[in-house]
Amino acid sequence: MKKSKQFWPFVVGALLIYIVVQVLITNGMLNQFYSNTLIFIAINIILAVSLHLVIGITGQFSIGHAGFLAVGAYISAIITMKLDLPFIVAIIVGGLVAAVAGLIVGIPSLRLKGDYLAIATLGFAEIIRIVFLNIDYVGGAAGMQVSKLTTWTYAFVCLFITILVIVNFTNSRHGIAAISVRENEIASDAMGINTTYYKVVAFAIGSFFAGVAGALFSHNFYIIQPGQFGFLKSFDILIFVVLGGLGSLSGAVLSAILLTVVSTYLQGYPETRMIIYSLVLIIVMLYRPKGLMGTMEITDYFKLWRTPKGGGQNGK
Amino acid sequence: MEWIQQLINGISLGSIYALIALGYTMVYGIIKLINFAHGDVFMVGSFIGFYSITVFGLGFFPALIISMTACALFGVIIERIAYKRLRNATRIAALITAIGVSLLIEYGVIYIRGAQPEAYPDVFSNKSFEFLGAQISIQSILILSVSVVLMILLQFIVHKTKTGKAMRAVSHDTEAAKLMGINVDNTISATFAIGSALAGAAGVVFGVYYTKIDPLMGVIPGVKAFIAAVLGGIGIIPGAMVGGLLLGVVETIVSALGFSLWRDAVAFVILILILIFRPSGIFGKNTREKV
Repeated sequence: MKKSKQFWPFVVGALLIYIVVQVLITNGMLNQFYSNTLIFIAINIILAVSLHLVIGITGQFSIGHAGFLAVGAYISAIITMKLDLPFIVAIIVGGLVAAVAGLIVGIPSLRLKGDYLAIATLGFAEIIRIVFLNIDYVGGAAGMQVSKLTTWTYAFVCLFITILVIVNFTNSRHGIAAISVRENEIASDAMGINTTYYKVVAFAIGSFFAGVAGALFSHNFYIIQPGQFGFLKSFDILIFVVLGGLGSLSGAVLSAILLTVVSTYLQGYPETRMIIYSLVLIIVMLYRPKGLMGTMEITDYFKLWRTPKGGGQNGK
Repeated sequence: MEWIQQLINGISLGSIYALIALGYTMVYGIIKLINFAHGDVFMVGSFIGFYSITVFGLGFFPALIISMTACALFGVIIERIAYKRLRNATRIAALITAIGVSLLIEYGVIYIRGAQPEAYPDVFSNKSFEFLGAQISIQSILILSVSVVLMILLQFIVHKTKTGKAMRAVSHDTEAAKLMGINVDNTISATFAIGSALAGAAGVVFGVYYTKIDPLMGVIPGVKAFIAAVLGGIGIIPGAMVGGLLLGVVETIVSALGFSLWRDAVAFVILILILIFRPSGIFGKNTREKV
C-alpha cells in the first residue's frame, strides 16, 4: 500500500529533476564543473544507498564497500577499453561481477557478527585492492586509462533504478525479513527466518549497485588506480550512511548530497576535509548514535507535520 | 643460512606487532571495543620519540620512556573523551567512533606538521655480528630485548599487582567487579594507559628499526596487530604475543619468497581464515552464545 501511494510521485519527481538538469546542461547554463559535481553526487548516492541496504536495513556492519566499487570500476573499464563493448554492457557486467564478488565475500564472512564482520569485510576489500594492484593487465599501481563515458543521463538512470530496486526490496517480504535480522538476529532465526540467506541476498544486491557505481565512477575520471579504493573510500561511503541515519534511505541520500558538496568545496584542503569528516563521525555517534534521521524517512516527517499531536504511529 | 637471517627479521617485526597487539587485546578483553585508534597512538608515540631524540637530544631509553608516558596519557584522554560515553552504546556506534578517532588523530597530525615523512636518527651504531652465518645487527637484539622486557613487565602487572587483578576481574564480569567494590572506570583507564604505553614503545622501536616514519604509518601496522591479536585469541595476553611473532615470521617468509607485493594480502587471508575456522583464535576457548 505504501509503495503504490508513493510510487508515482517518486517517478514524476525523478523525471522532473532529470529533465530540468538535462535542459540546463544542454543549454550550457551548468558548466562542466557543475555537471561533473552532479554526476559525482549521483554516484555517491548510489554508493550510499547500496551500503544503506547492507548496514541500515540488514544491520550487517560492512566497512569494505570500496572493494566492490573497485570490482565494478575495473571490470567495466576492461569491457569498454580492452573489449570495446558499449558502456551499457560495461555497467551491467560490472554490477554482476561485483555481485558475484559480494557472494564470494558474503557467504563465508556473513556468519560472523558485529566487529568481526567489519574487520573481515575490511580485509576482503584490501585483498581485492591488492589483487588489482598486482595484475599487470589492468596497469598495476600506475592505474588504467579510461575514457569518459559517464553522462548525466547514465548516472541518473542508474540512480533511479538503484533507489527503485532498494525501496521495493525494503518494502517486500524479503526486506521485512532483513529488518527483522537487524532488530534481533536470534529472535528472527527462532521465528523460522533463514537469516543467512537474507543477509547474503542483501549483501549481494548492495554489492551489485556498488559495482554499478564503480562503472560510472571509472568512466568519469579518465584514470583508475588501486589507491583510490583503499580504506578511506570505504569510510567515505560509511559516513554517508552513518550521518544520514542507520536505516534511513532518504537520510543516506541527503547526507550523500550534502557531504559531496562539502567535499567538493574542500577539495583543495584534504586534511581539513578529513578532520571535519572524523569530527562529524565522532560527534554524531556520541550524541545521536542512530544518525541524524534514525530510521525515519523524509516522508515520515511530512506525516508528522500533518498530525502534530498523534504522530507517533511512524515514530520509532 | 639466509633462513636464519629471515627468521630473525621476522621475529623483530613480529615483536613490534606483538607490542601493538597487546594493547588491542587488553582493551578488547575489557570493554569489547576494537580500538581502531590504537595504530595511531603507535604513530604518535613514534613521533614523540623522534622529537625527543632530535629536538631535545635525548638517548634511546629516555626517549622510549617519554614516549611511553605521553602515549599512556594520550590513551587515557581518548578513552575519557570519546569512549567513556559509549559504554552502553551499540557495538557499531563504538566501532564507528573508534574509526572517527583514528581518522581525527591521523589528519590532525598531518594538519599540524604536514604529511611529509621523517627519517629516524641513528641511535645505535650499525654494528652487526655473525651468528651461525647470519648477520645480526645490535639493533634487532636491542629491539627484541626491549619487547621481551616489556612483555615480562606486563605479565607481572597483570598477574601480581592489584591493578592487574582488577583488570582481570573487570574483563571477566564488569557488573560483578563493580559489586565487589572495584572502580571500573579507573581500571578501564589503567588498561588504556598500559596498552597505549606499549604502543608508544612499539612506535619508538619501529622508528629505530625501519628509520622512516610518517603520519599514516599507524594504519597498516595497526590492522596487522589486530590480526595478530585475533590470531592468538582476542582478549588473551599470551595469545597476542604469539600471534604477533607468528604473523611477523609469516610475512617475512612471504617477502623472502619474492611475493613482497602480496605481503599485506597474506595477512588479511590469515585473518579471514582464522575468523571463519577458529574465531576464538589459537589460544581461545569456544564459548557458547547465550540468548
